Amino acid sequence: MLQVSLYRYNPETDDAPFMQDFSVDTSGRDLMVLDVLELIKAEHDGSVTYRRSCREGVCGSDGLNMNGKNGLACITPLSDAVKGGKLVIRPLPGLPVIRDLVVDMSLFYAQYEKVQPYLQNPTPAPAIERLQSPEERAHLDGLYECILCACCSTSCPSFWWNPDRFVGPAGLLQAYRFLADSRDTATEERLAKLDDPFSVFRCHGIQNCVNVCPKGLNPTKAIGHIRTMLLNRAT
Amino acid sequence: MVTSVTSFSRTGLSDWLIQRVTSLVLLAYFILIAYQLLGSVDYTSWRALFDQTWMKVFTLMAALSLAAHSWIGLWSVFTDYLTERMLGPKGNAIRLACQLGASLSLVGYVIWIIVVVWS
Repeated sequence: MLQVSLYRYNPETDDAPFMQDFSVDTSGRDLMVLDVLELIKAEHDGSVTYRRSCREGVCGSDGLNMNGKNGLACITPLSDAVKGGKLVIRPLPGLPVIRDLVVDMSLFYAQYEKVQPYLQNPTPAPAIERLQSPEERAHLDGLYECILCACCSTSCPSFWWNPDRFVGPAGLLQAYRFLADSRDTATEERLAKLDDPFSVFRCHGIQNCVNVCPKGLNPTKAIGHIRTMLLNRAT
Repeated sequence: MVTSVTSFSRTGLSDWLIQRVTSLVLLAYFILIAYQLLGSVDYTSWRALFDQTWMKVFTLMAALSLAAHSWIGLWSVFTDYLTERMLGPKGNAIRLACQLGASLSLVGYVIWIIVVVWS
């Protein structure tokens, strides 16, 4: 039996959040954490609330904090998450809890929106497509794969303290994804909006984001590239 | 663009660059001091070291670097933890009071160092 401690909070009935313990029969299988949540919901308490969709690490819905580390429940096996025979599951830290493991991601999306995550190029579009060389396209590798699960930004203390002013690792990875795109012509405007004491420079390079990214991306490296671009622009 | 009138240089890039340059000045200064302390130090040699103009200038540079470096660091700490988000409605007043105290202290230290070294 696996001992699972689950963060519970229903603002309509609970005065404060609390941890609820469950003993889950996994039959010795190395299930994914999402499977354990499904078992709890099906066999123990149908009111347990969490987000999920694709269950294969593509949609980014089930970002959770498992034994202290953020990750996607659907692709995190128990053998990676369980410590000392116990699994503690909490919502992503730093964001307001709507219910149980579901957080309000408005602040996260507001920062994503701030970096204008879309291609900007006022020149008339060619008949078929804007071409890139293989080398230019290669600059986008490690950037475009982000699924916006928010595991990185919600593991970042700078984002916890200033979620309204620090863009956060996810937003900055996307900011660099368009700064690095040879087809985008808004580089100057994008950089001008980032050169303040909070948007980029609140990153102190502790690399919590790199540590938790379920897609193996490196936002700290992207932030370093943005810093270099800002430095080159100003000197 | 998130503006702030209390940051050292108003732009993130300048603050970031100043913090790195000042850290190099401080590193060089502390290596020099450590080198001196590792040798035989007495009042006469210590006084002779600080009587030289280059050492006075270097000490002044280190003092100004320390003040700028400290302000940028403390400003980051204050704007992380002493905010309305963390402390409630009084957060901004508490932060401003701490920023005022820190800036006055740093100015005081710089003046004190100038008086000691240059008088």
